[in-house]
Amino acid sequence: MFVYTIRRLIQTIPVIIGVTLVVFLMMHLIPGDPAQIMAGERADEVQVEQMRDRLGLNDPYYVQYASFISNAVQGDLGNSVRSGRAVSSEIGARFWVTVELAFYSTLLSIFIGLIAGIVSATRRNSLLDMFIMIFALFGLSMPNFWLGLMLIQYFALRIDWLPVSGWGSPEQLLLPVITLGTAGAAIIARMTRSSMLEVIHQDYIRTARAKGVPERYVIYKHALRNALIPVVTVVGLQFGVLLGGAVLTETVFAINGLGRFVVEAIRMRDFPIVQGSVLVLAMLFVFVNFLVDLSYRVLNKRIELD
Amino acid sequence: MENPKSIIKVEELQTSFYTHKGEIKAVDGVSFDVPSGKTLGIVGESGSGKSITSLSIMRLLEDPGKIKGGKITFNGEDLLAKSESNMRTIRGNRISMIFQEPMTSLNPVFTIGDQIAESYMIHEGLSKKQALRKALGMLELVGIPSPKDRLKAYPHELSGGMRQRAMIAIALACNPELLIADEPTTALDVTIQAQILRLINGLQEELGMSMMLITHDLGVVAETCDYVAVMYAGKIVEYADVDTLFKSPKHPYTVGLLQSLPRHDIDQDELNVIKGMVPRPDDLPEGCRFAPRCPFATRLCEEKLPSLDDIDDKNQVRCWIYNDQWDGPEVNVKDDYRTAQSD
Amino acid sequence: MTTELLRVTNLKQYFPIKGGILGRKVNDVKAVDDISFYVNAGETLSIVGESGCGKSTTGRAILRLDEPTAGEVSFNGKDLLALNKSEMRKMRKDLQIIFQDPYASINPRQTVRQVLNEAMEIQNVLPKDQREDRMMELMDTVGLGAHQLDRFPHEFSGGQRQRIGIARALSVDPKLIICDESVSALDVSIQAQVLNLLKKLQRELDLTYLFIAHDLGVVRHISDRVIVMYLGKIVEVADKKSLFDNPKHPYTKTLLSAIPVPDPTKQKEQIILKGDVPSPIDPPTGCRFHTRCPFATDKCKDEVPELRTTSDGMVAGHEAACHYIEEIESGEMKAKD
Repeated sequence: MFVYTIRRLIQTIPVIIGVTLVVFLMMHLIPGDPAQIMAGERADEVQVEQMRDRLGLNDPYYVQYASFISNAVQGDLGNSVRSGRAVSSEIGARFWVTVELAFYSTLLSIFIGLIAGIVSATRRNSLLDMFIMIFALFGLSMPNFWLGLMLIQYFALRIDWLPVSGWGSPEQLLLPVITLGTAGAAIIARMTRSSMLEVIHQDYIRTARAKGVPERYVIYKHALRNALIPVVTVVGLQFGVLLGGAVLTETVFAINGLGRFVVEAIRMRDFPIVQGSVLVLAMLFVFVNFLVDLSYRVLNKRIELD
Repeated sequence: MENPKSIIKVEELQTSFYTHKGEIKAVDGVSFDVPSGKTLGIVGESGSGKSITSLSIMRLLEDPGKIKGGKITFNGEDLLAKSESNMRTIRGNRISMIFQEPMTSLNPVFTIGDQIAESYMIHEGLSKKQALRKALGMLELVGIPSPKDRLKAYPHELSGGMRQRAMIAIALACNPELLIADEPTTALDVTIQAQILRLINGLQEELGMSMMLITHDLGVVAETCDYVAVMYAGKIVEYADVDTLFKSPKHPYTVGLLQSLPRHDIDQDELNVIKGMVPRPDDLPEGCRFAPRCPFATRLCEEKLPSLDDIDDKNQVRCWIYNDQWDGPEVNVKDDYRTAQSD
Repeated sequence: MTTELLRVTNLKQYFPIKGGILGRKVNDVKAVDDISFYVNAGETLSIVGESGCGKSTTGRAILRLDEPTAGEVSFNGKDLLALNKSEMRKMRKDLQIIFQDPYASINPRQTVRQVLNEAMEIQNVLPKDQREDRMMELMDTVGLGAHQLDRFPHEFSGGQRQRIGIARALSVDPKLIICDESVSALDVSIQAQVLNLLKKLQRELDLTYLFIAHDLGVVRHISDRVIVMYLGKIVEVADKKSLFDNPKHPYTKTLLSAIPVPDPTKQKEQIILKGDVPSPIDPPTGCRFHTRCPFATDKCKDEVPELRTTSDGMVAGHEAACHYIEEIESGEMKAKD
């Protein structure tokens, strides 16, 4: 397990390098002169030249990349063009809001998804199964901003149970988390169902029944443990989708999170902010998938890599 | 042929699968009993219904399989009348089963120790710790080297032979009265098969179990069984004690099977061949199910299904040749099979 | 007059194992470790052994389905390992293989006609207009009907699919067919049909078989000569009669005694081996069988026995790789428990 952990950690290094490279190149891949764009359309020659100098654009690429990395490692992601404040402090608080939103949404989708999937699989072809699967299909195909708007329309405006927007109190959490978690719950439910159905026909399930194991233990102990293995992978991938979805959810619910902040920054062409945010989110994604791989390994005893 | 004391008695068992294509009769009126302390072999090729018979006894059929009729009496108790929860107290406790594939029959995410201990926890209400101690004893009994370490091993860490030993440990944990072994050595190499068969035979004697051995391998039957039932297309076609069956087989299918077997201990010029194929279970012949492949078949065979009758003190055979109504020439199935086949 | 069709010399097939933090090669699976043998034209040479002995790997290495690590394979005087890809492809016309599960090696979306046509097309064996007749003839040869040409593989039973596999192999007029466990998955009555068919085809078409199997009954039935392998090495080679009636290597003897005989009156003394086959990653030193052999001594632990024959009691061509053939035969050495 230790060797495996180390090896997975080492394997994340090229990914991280790749991410930083892409983020770094973003500056240079956008059409036109970044200095001109960032200095504003009406800036004169001198101002642009100053901007270029400030951004270090006159240095060779490798020098620029090296300083970008060494600054980033020290937590210095540059300063916002608009506010002039450090990117790291601008991102800081908002980042945790988004992480919280993503974390609760993931929890919700795992919880609902697993239960729905297991119920569906064990009552295969029943009315309940059909109902759950239709519901899952809806959950999957519904764009989450629309779902969010509908939830606000009903729960906040029509019956006035929950607040329309904001973040912090438990009531404020509920609608955005449902909005963001629904698609994931649907995917996990479908995945759990098909995985359970496959596992339930395995020889070792027959062995468990032949031992006289009560059916609920057959399902929740013998089958589920095996059925979870592919589901865990989906959860990891789903997390990335979720981060993307956070942008819209935060916008709909006026949550001051990183997603909405990035969109804002893009609109304002505040490149240091965009760069810093993308870097942080990508790192988060890499980290979550690292955790997923570890739990996969704990669940699946058959991976013998070391 | 009634045996004095039998541990299990199966009468007119009918098991069908209900698919969108209609009813598939996998087991169609099978009757036999296993004499107490003895081993009954059930032999047949794929599709003969031998495995479905054993799953029916355990009542472990999966959808869309259903027991349609018949009676299964285990030690005087009617198994088919039992509730599912009553049945569970029998499975793995009084009747146990081992399966063909040691690779896939053990749960990959639990240790060998956990999987054996589970039986004790369910059936004897032991704590995990006590159960694991007894599991250790079982591993020793089935001859797994360094059993203490193996207790904590996962199935993938063991070889095929060792996994089958672990399967046997699970099955025998609660000292069952009847062991059903469904192709227990088919997936194993011959030298490992020899080890496992010797182990099973030894333990059977030691523990005084009765046994049903389901196999396609006539060699394994000859070496381990006391009685043999030969199945073909959902029916028993011949039943006899093992010496009689191999020395004087009566049913043309049994004869054909024995003569088509390539032997390593004698020279054979050309193998006998049973022409054609096993009929599809959804398209069974009307009369004797073996008639389309039988070199002796007459019109009677094609039209009417023969019953399983005692033909002397030793064999029960489902064949018209041994019946008064037989409309063909007199034949000696064993000696004439080859000539009849080539005609 | 026998002519040699295939000669394999010092063949080695190692598969690397990757491991450690950086995933470097840490060891090899020595699946086949320095074996040599020949096959005469028109004969059936069988390779038997238990799983992991390297018999299937040998077959695959000859056809270069896996590139061998070392050794020479000469077919009809040509060095197969020296051929480039396209030359090897042409060579496969003469060397065909039939697998255990033909279903896995036949494209499920092709009809039998397409399967056979493609095989002939690749090797360019016949002008297009004559292929139809050839296909009908082939179907007839393997005991299927010409009317079944347009069916898909899944419409056939296991035995029939194996016949399709044979028809495909035959379609290019091969000289040597490697049968890799070709009848192992079949029921006894169907197995007998296919075995008889293979024998008949050999007589009629002058084929040479390299027959890879684990079932010694099947091997006795079909072979002229037999090689017994254990853990990547040949332990014994002999004509069929000598091997079955007069086995010399302790492993061969064990193997033969372990097979259940379908005759309850003929129960013989079984030799039961201890333990499992050791791992081919770190095979035992000296004689690879020494860890399980009832006769093993220190010499067996240290020295690798070469294949050899003894002057008395072994006919020409019968060789076994054991240090103590004579001593075991004379009863001078006794099996230990």
